[in-house]
Amino acid sequence: MATSVTTRASGARSAPDAPVSARRSRLRGAAPTLTFLGRRLLSSAIVLLGATFIVYMLLSYALDPLEDLRTSTAPNKEALIEARVRALDLNTPPVIRYFKWLGGVFTGDLGTSWVSGQPVTSLLSSAIPSTVQLVAASTLIAIGLGVLVGIVSALRQYTRFDYSVTFLSFVLYSLPSFWVAVLLKLWGAIGFNDFLADPTIPPVWMAVLALASGVVWSSIIGGSRRARWISFAAATLSTVAVLVFVTGTGWLLDPSLGIVGVVAIGVGIAFGVVALTAGLGNRRALYASLTTVAIGAALYYPLQYVFVNATTPLILGLGVVTIAVGVAVGWAFGGYDRGISMRAAAVTALGVGLLIYVDRVMRVWESYSNASQINGRPIATIGSQTPGLTGSYWVETLDRFTHLVLPTIALILISFASYTRYSRASLLEVMNQDYIRTARAKGLSERVVTTRHAFRNALIPLATIVPLDIAALFGGAIITERIFAWSGMGALFIKSLQGRDADPVMGYFLVTGTLLVLANIVVDFVYAALDPRIRVNS
Amino acid sequence: MSITPPLEPNEGITDPKAQVENTENAIELKEVEGLSQGRIVLRRFVRHRGAMISAVVLAAVVLLVTTSIGWGPIPGWWQYGYRETSDIVNAGGAPTMGFEDGGFTIGPHPFGQDNIGHDGFALVMRGTQQSLTVMFVIGLLSTTIGVVVGALAGFFRGRLDDLLMRFTDMIITIPVIMIGAILGVLVGGANPWSLAIALSLVSWTNMARLVRGQFLTLREREFVDAARVAGASNARIMFKHILPNAVGVIIVNATLLMASAILLETALSYLGFGISSPEVSLGQLINEYQTAFATRPWLFWWPGLFIVTIALCVNFIGDGLRDAFDPRQRRIPTKRALAKADARKARAQARAAARA
Repeated sequence: MATSVTTRASGARSAPDAPVSARRSRLRGAAPTLTFLGRRLLSSAIVLLGATFIVYMLLSYALDPLEDLRTSTAPNKEALIEARVRALDLNTPPVIRYFKWLGGVFTGDLGTSWVSGQPVTSLLSSAIPSTVQLVAASTLIAIGLGVLVGIVSALRQYTRFDYSVTFLSFVLYSLPSFWVAVLLKLWGAIGFNDFLADPTIPPVWMAVLALASGVVWSSIIGGSRRARWISFAAATLSTVAVLVFVTGTGWLLDPSLGIVGVVAIGVGIAFGVVALTAGLGNRRALYASLTTVAIGAALYYPLQYVFVNATTPLILGLGVVTIAVGVAVGWAFGGYDRGISMRAAAVTALGVGLLIYVDRVMRVWESYSNASQINGRPIATIGSQTPGLTGSYWVETLDRFTHLVLPTIALILISFASYTRYSRASLLEVMNQDYIRTARAKGLSERVVTTRHAFRNALIPLATIVPLDIAALFGGAIITERIFAWSGMGALFIKSLQGRDADPVMGYFLVTGTLLVLANIVVDFVYAALDPRIRVNS
Repeated sequence: MSITPPLEPNEGITDPKAQVENTENAIELKEVEGLSQGRIVLRRFVRHRGAMISAVVLAAVVLLVTTSIGWGPIPGWWQYGYRETSDIVNAGGAPTMGFEDGGFTIGPHPFGQDNIGHDGFALVMRGTQQSLTVMFVIGLLSTTIGVVVGALAGFFRGRLDDLLMRFTDMIITIPVIMIGAILGVLVGGANPWSLAIALSLVSWTNMARLVRGQFLTLREREFVDAARVAGASNARIMFKHILPNAVGVIIVNATLLMASAILLETALSYLGFGISSPEVSLGQLINEYQTAFATRPWLFWWPGLFIVTIALCVNFIGDGLRDAFDPRQRRIPTKRALAKADARKARAQARAAARA
């Protein structure tokens, strides 16, 4: 990472002669880049070797595999100790054992857990997918939500909304994750499950929720005093309407969107996507997006038959088809700027597809929560699936969702704040640049200035932290996994450390460390690709 | 070069936004005229409301935990020790603090008791003492290590820089919570000092990089050349000339480091790799009593609230310090504050005109 800093610094320093060197690098093709990549890989490998050495040494001094035998009262204590010393090679100095372990790593043998007797590779290969399943969704949502809130907060700088977001992000920074997770377990799961037994919201709470949503929306939308009052009233009334509907019809016990819901929300998505990416003035994009919504509505009933024997590959395939249909519709509407229509239509199509999918999952909710293993308490607190529960693809999907929801919320709460701070600061900085003033001066609308000129450039600094976070994702969430009894990488680490079992810990670190080092190299290249002022120079 | 007087606000500027900006600059310049850098920073910090409130709250917490059950030579005024057990007052050990008989009462056990009669307040106080100790020791020690490493690397550059930064990279590659847990196992759980020292040995990396960056730019400045021409040694240039110029970055990051240090310590103690029983820390308390949440939630609430309060205060103080040291990131005063400043100025002018 230090090299990346020097790269950036030297890149910035040689900025004045950029055109010349850019030409030169174009002439010589990829050679300097390859040299740079080679050097980076080499130095990263050295760093990783050093780090594994440090961890190995620390582990060999911290963990005493003989601890239980020392206090043992077995008559053959000496023989047992002797056997374990021989099995674990404890008479060899740790430094030499490290090189033996390293030799094993190069031949693909990461050692064996002496406690369970399983090879580390098999422990890792069962832990990694489980961890990815847990952390992937929360990382993506945290990035998306964090960036969105950060952007809005920057656009509404120094408003009440901005101050509240800033304060909230400070609070989230300061929350200990274990405390949040335990609270979520007790309120989110037990509290919500109790609430589901008798899902009525008292009018006072309804009023509070409605007013809160009114305040939030009016401060997000902003504008003149009159506009703010209108958005406040609209948000308050629609919240009341939704809450009354939800409690009045027992929707929470048997939720579904139905074709009406899918179409209504789909049209909303279409307008929203077009307004953000193309502007509502672009009629072709709007009609293309609305067409995909119509196609989705037309396929709603036929799809229900397809869904009967659903499998994961089928659903993924349908997702791909959905995007392809969106692109095709956008292309068909044509115009001089097809790309925009295609993009808007594809995003809308994906949204509608997701709605139909979610609707189908919701339909098994009632039978799921009434199943004997669930017994009316659908939100789960431990593990990744309900033991003994069998059912269709949809029931299993819903089961996975109910197990994921609380850990995901916990992880989002923890990581969301930093993305908000990052994207807010970065957008504010970009908005003060000269090219933004130029864009405004040449008469572009504020939407185009924000989404095309500012937003994209504001994402560049984020591109440097996202790869690192994705790499860290494989390390798992040590605390969250423990609290929600999720058997992923973090749990593997904790269990092995407590069991004085060094090899799995080393395996854990090898995976996380390698990914982190690689992510750092990726960051350098992504940065250079996104910001032409910075070159990777060897 | 003559010193130009601060500009009058809005002279010949028509763009309203630029006007606001200019007004601020002028107000700022007028206010800091003739003050030392230290006074300016202090003044800006005092004006940061969140940071000031946090500083007061943090001071109150420190005062409370030092005097209540006593700390080392300081005698305490609280009637129970954290290892003492006494008769359970309320059913289940519920807190005695609350509104009773129309008035607010504290009672003998304001934070409740556990199942064998330990006083919750004394436990939380002791836990906060330990967690604060770890926090401050990590803050001091790893700042020192980070500053020294970063200063050497940034000042001497070349091979030493490469060496130190590769070493820093190695430490950074290891996830903090992982190496913290291993070190926690290594040093054993009873003593907050050894835990704090062990954790400091791995949490200096960010500071080292930031200080290195500062040194890399500052060492090219003219005042360094001047000092060298005057015959100053390398050590003198580093610590007397360059370091004071980097002190803002260092202080701000030391504060943020402390905020993450307390979260790290409590997380490790929660996992059982930090401070462990019979010694008490805030994370250890939550770990010990989380199973009792349904029956004795107060044992879980108070340690958590203290962690959040301390971390939040430290974070806010860090934010205030950043604003104070680096006015470029300062929050712009609200419209009302600006209007007030304008009104004050208008009044002063009117008064001056009346006198003339």
